[in-house]
Amino acid sequence: MRDVVAEERLPPERVALVDLLDRLLAGGVVITGDLVLSIADIDLVRISLRALIASIDEDLEGSAGW
Amino acid sequence: MSDATYLYAVARDALPECPAGVADLPVRTIGREGLVAYVSTVPLEQFGEQALRRSLEDMDWLAETARAHHRVVDAVAAATPTAPVRLVTVYDDDGHVRDLLDRRGDDFLRVLARVSGRREWGVKAYADPAAGVGPGPGASGDGNGESCPGPSASGGGGAGRPGTAYLQRRRASLRGREQVRRQVLQRADHIHRALSELAAASYRHRAQDPRLSGRHDWMLLNGAYLVDEGRDAEFAEQAAALGGDGVEIRVTGPWAPYSFTVMEMG
Repeated sequence: MRDVVAEERLPPERVALVDLLDRLLAGGVVITGDLVLSIADIDLVRISLRALIASIDEDLEGSAGW
Repeated sequence: MSDATYLYAVARDALPECPAGVADLPVRTIGREGLVAYVSTVPLEQFGEQALRRSLEDMDWLAETARAHHRVVDAVAAATPTAPVRLVTVYDDDGHVRDLLDRRGDDFLRVLARVSGRREWGVKAYADPAAGVGPGPGASGDGNGESCPGPSASGGGGAGRPGTAYLQRRRASLRGREQVRRQVLQRADHIHRALSELAAASYRHRAQDPRLSGRHDWMLLNGAYLVDEGRDAEFAEQAAALGGDGVEIRVTGPWAPYSFTVMEMG
């Protein structure tokens, strides 16, 4: 069993994209109105992300997805 | 009129220099009443609504843009209290950004005061679904680990028929799985509570998609914690101590306070 504790102090260019997207797509100040575009319709992005990932990785079976 | 203004963050101070932003464009500041907005001038053919809707479907574009946005926010947040703005916030021009700072200046100042002198840490916890999870080192054993019903939990008679035996086994295995799931959730709550006690604020992100994270074990916790700078070491120690007994802990950060500046302003 891996019981390691690892600290990931990484420069910005090496931060895991998945950790970054958690924060960039769900965090920060959301501004509405008067914009060319803001990702207020975040669901749209999530959905396209999901579709993208599904097409990238189709052989994923039996993962613990709950 | 083919340019727009991309907004990364609003902070208290201006940096003498800033790394390049999205599409490798230079970043500049717009100052107003004790607030500084970090922006880039971006071409509308790339950052107009139609273009963005298309680009956001492109994983490579999204990754590159996310990293560029983060590079700027990270540099600013390392130097001054910062409220990151959500990825891809694009205005027609600088005038709208000035107007935002004028109208919502108090809100920004409040947010900046809340994150000032604090940093965000990420704590992720994983467990191997096949191996089960204990209550955690140092946790007062509440017997949960022992109460797993054996596979021979006696149901109504008829054990002689193979179909019935199968159903009984299946039911027991489902019960076992439910038990493990409950233990994992309890353990996650325990870890989150213990870390929240050391933090000024905490937030639980949803568990990451294994297809994005590349990890196929259970992610039982995807937490974010806003921690006073003086308590960084204590927090890291506590996070480490909460691992073990079937659970792997990973700490990420320090992050700009992305998870603690979530608010909507029009």
